[in-house]
Amino acid sequence: MSDLVTIFVDGIELQVEQGATVVDASKRVDVDIPVFCHHPKLEPVGMCRMCLVEIGMPMRDRATGEPVLEEDGSPQINWGRGLQTGCTVRVADGMRVRTTTDVVDEARENVIEFLLTSHPLDCPICDKGGECPLQNLTMAHGLGESAFDFDSKMQNEKHVPLGELIFLDRERCIQCARCTRFQDEIADDPVIGFHNRGRALEIVTLSDPGFDSYWSGNTTDICPVGALTTADFRFGARPWELIPVASISPHGPEGANITMSTRQEAKSGGRVVIKRIMPRQNELVNEIWISDHTRFVHHFADAADRLTKPLIRKGGVLVETDWDTALTTVAEKLQAAGSSAAGLSGDRPSNEDLFAFQKLFRQGLKSHHIDLAASRIAGGDVTAQVGIASGSNLLDLGRGDVIVVVASDLHEEAPIWWLRVKQAAERGAQLVVLNVRPTRLDKFATHLVHYPVGEAVATVRQLLGAAQISDGASDQIGKIAEAIVGATNVVAFYGYEGLTYAETDVLAKSLANLLQVKNSDGHSHVGRVNNGLIAVWPHNNTQGAWDMGIHPALAPGYQSVDQPGRSAAEIYSGVQDGTVQTLFVMAADPVGDGLMNGRGLLDFLVVQELFLTETAKVADVVLPAQSWAERDGTFTNGERRVQRYYPAIQPVGESRPDWQIIEQIGHKMGLDKPHFAASLVFKKGIAAGVPQYSDMDYRSIAKVEKQYPDVGGEDLYYGGTSYENKHGLGQQWTSAAESGDVAMFTVPDVTPSAAGALPVIRTAALYTPGTLINRSDVLSPRMAQPTLHLHAADADRLSIATGDAVIVSVNGQSLQLSAHVNGAAPQGLALINGVSYAAGVLDAKIETA
Amino acid sequence: MIDGIVELLRGMGITLSHLFKKPVTYQYPEEKRPVRYRFKGRHELKRYDNGLEKCIGCSLCAAACPADAIFVEASENTDAERFSPGERYASTYEINMLRCIFCGFCEDACPTEAIVLEDKYELSFYDRASAIYTKEMLIVPVPEGGQDTPQITEPGMFDRSIPDMENPK
Ligand code: SF4
Ligand code: SF4
Ligand code: SF4
Ligand code: FES
Repeated sequence: MSDLVTIFVDGIELQVEQGATVVDASKRVDVDIPVFCHHPKLEPVGMCRMCLVEIGMPMRDRATGEPVLEEDGSPQINWGRGLQTGCTVRVADGMRVRTTTDVVDEARENVIEFLLTSHPLDCPICDKGGECPLQNLTMAHGLGESAFDFDSKMQNEKHVPLGELIFLDRERCIQCARCTRFQDEIADDPVIGFHNRGRALEIVTLSDPGFDSYWSGNTTDICPVGALTTADFRFGARPWELIPVASISPHGPEGANITMSTRQEAKSGGRVVIKRIMPRQNELVNEIWISDHTRFVHHFADAADRLTKPLIRKGGVLVETDWDTALTTVAEKLQAAGSSAAGLSGDRPSNEDLFAFQKLFRQGLKSHHIDLAASRIAGGDVTAQVGIASGSNLLDLGRGDVIVVVASDLHEEAPIWWLRVKQAAERGAQLVVLNVRPTRLDKFATHLVHYPVGEAVATVRQLLGAAQISDGASDQIGKIAEAIVGATNVVAFYGYEGLTYAETDVLAKSLANLLQVKNSDGHSHVGRVNNGLIAVWPHNNTQGAWDMGIHPALAPGYQSVDQPGRSAAEIYSGVQDGTVQTLFVMAADPVGDGLMNGRGLLDFLVVQELFLTETAKVADVVLPAQSWAERDGTFTNGERRVQRYYPAIQPVGESRPDWQIIEQIGHKMGLDKPHFAASLVFKKGIAAGVPQYSDMDYRSIAKVEKQYPDVGGEDLYYGGTSYENKHGLGQQWTSAAESGDVAMFTVPDVTPSAAGALPVIRTAALYTPGTLINRSDVLSPRMAQPTLHLHAADADRLSIATGDAVIVSVNGQSLQLSAHVNGAAPQGLALINGVSYAAGVLDAKIETA
Repeated sequence: MIDGIVELLRGMGITLSHLFKKPVTYQYPEEKRPVRYRFKGRHELKRYDNGLEKCIGCSLCAAACPADAIFVEASENTDAERFSPGERYASTYEINMLRCIFCGFCEDACPTEAIVLEDKYELSFYDRASAIYTKEMLIVPVPEGGQDTPQITEPGMFDRSIPDMENPK
């Protein structure tokens, strides 16, 4: 830790780290210095002058260097010649700060008066009104009158779309540059900037499409006025009318903490609806940022085509029915199938749902035929052993530490992790990036390896070998191995880009072994805080699905079962050849995803869903489930942090929580009575049945503690409108390595998937069309288009140019794509983007349409 | 005894004299008494002379209302479909007259003088739902020479919600 210095703020003595700014330091003792341009997460610029304070230093005798003392023995203070900006001055030992003197007050009055000369009288219609730093600081420090002529007020354009998601009101901007600095420093998307000077200065977008960044919504949170607003919330409601509900992002493995602002709305027929999604501070998870995906994707919860009643197939068509009929039918059919019944689940539902699901099969039907409908990446069993240790915080990684990212494009797959990894690299951590193609992380990498197609596993093996021998080989792999073994802390991320499930398993185990290699001091990189493995799961609760035992061979808590059931692939083939007759699909669409070819020879198919998906269309019974916004539950993020979310809106139609539906079916089959609440499923089921969760309950997960920087309180001007976390920081479960040594993994052999003449891999895009995101109109212009990326040389050979329509046949499906020759693909590899998932290196045929 | 009879007669005399005075009673509802200038009766939502609605859907009246009687929902104006000056208008505006205590705080809060408590006071209902006055019931008719809303307007003509202020004298 950095050295502490002692300073005095308004007479209060405090110790702070060297390097802190006066504003941030004063905040620690609740002395608020008003700011506009300063933000605790951004570098200081000193642009607005709102933070002017008096700063004095103890005087020293020039000759002797001794402090000069007053008569009473206290040090004599040199207050300098004027006011200084508290946001740019760093603390120094013995520093005195005065924030309440008349000169300071007058300076504040002047700054406010000056800012208001260009600011419109818009508060009544401004989306920021009510949570606006300028409003609040004007009330607190403004003079109430102005020497300025009303007629010479600046009049600027009020309706400037900076792209489809963010709107700018030029009049309201106070030129603090928080937005542009956020985009430069934090998001690394410098797509907006200042144009012109003085009163004519304006924010312009430099990208096409406008404001092209996954983080744009965050600028509306930190903009100290209502200059930037989101297309989603514009004029939606006044902030004080909204009811905040704590929740967790339903997408992505990072588990971003969010607050849903809800309001009862006449437009929506009197329903309570989600008006906006805001970040909720959790410095351990997402700090105060969320991606636009998280911010704007919520519309599926309120979509008009949600299932509202159970459906049952009668005379070949699905007709509405009552719950009792539907549940009885399902219970009878499942019971008739007994241990041959199979269950497939998505990785979106809560831990409670997933636990109930496996219990229905394992206890109710004595069947282990359960799996995730779409398994992309293996290794839950590995992270359970050597996953990132509890108590870790990516924010603590920096100089001396190493972060490894293998086969993942974090920017698209887990943007919050991308942000945190990038920031750690900027703090001095060495970043090792191994991928088959360039990604957004490359530019921050200390060691960058673009391995040849199909050699991900071989490369990691090589790395492991080099680490184990540690012969100081001077080739690149040798150097990386040395850096990893010698690092203070190591966190390794692995993904599944261009890999098959079996390959990711090898990857996970090889990396696990790599982390276990001990350095000369006998330390390994597992089981210690800020060390360990992280799988870049495809969904918000893939981790929970592993933990809850949605696996044919692993019961809850990774206990192996004697007779493993069928895996998803075996279930799909069983559906086709008639060996699987009865199938229960929860929160997944295997037909729509091309995994299951219709209902095959199934005798009975029950689907539990939000929408009438392709799979639901061919089902015998469709059970309407509630979305995450309508109920409570827990998700476990990729760092194994179990987090709670709360009900925000009323249930749509007759829909019920997944766990409840399953327990009601179970009850009809002779299992226990359904629980009354999700918290009881957690307490009586999960905490009792999953050893890793035994020390948790809804209360312990909901614990909070004071977080720094202090964001979301009354003083919105300091950190922006991210919400304060009052509903839980979550609880991480301990990996096996934390409580004792774990054995090295036996790494199986795999044959890399064979590649054709021009190998093709599918790459992830944050806005890939899907069941949920498609229902968010605001994101539709930004949706990833089906694209084929080619290297110039390959494009020449195939005589394809940018913009050509091409047909790529992959696994028997033909995809209509538009070709792009733009440097995203390395030579000898084509990338397909914006299409649904396809595993491994694909043997694809590329033709011009 | 005599005293008592005198008092009795005096009382009856007063009663008798009133028989010949002009009565103060109004024969409500046939006959209505005009209200005072500052009377606070049922609200009206006002319009500008050109017919545009003064209300900009800011919800400040709802925030000020001590009885929580007002509900406002805003939407965005465009030049092709303009209800009020500026970018925001009230797409839903409701006052629950059963809740309203006719305090006039909403009037005070309104930045555009859109909501005004006028002289109508006949507010009785057979059920609770009909006590909720919607925007259509509250808004005044389009003044002569004005146009009904939504209007199609020139771009740049009405881009500010709040009427321009004058310098303090
Ligand atoms: S738009 Fe907002 S954040 Fe950006 S410079 Fe203007 S006031 Fe600051
Ligand atoms: S008069 Fe008073 S009580 Fe009635 S709506 Fe207005 S603010 Fe509310
Ligand atoms: S009546 Fe006035 S205060 Fe109420 S919403 Fe309309 S403009 Fe705002
Ligand atoms: S100059 Fe210090 S906050 Fe803006």
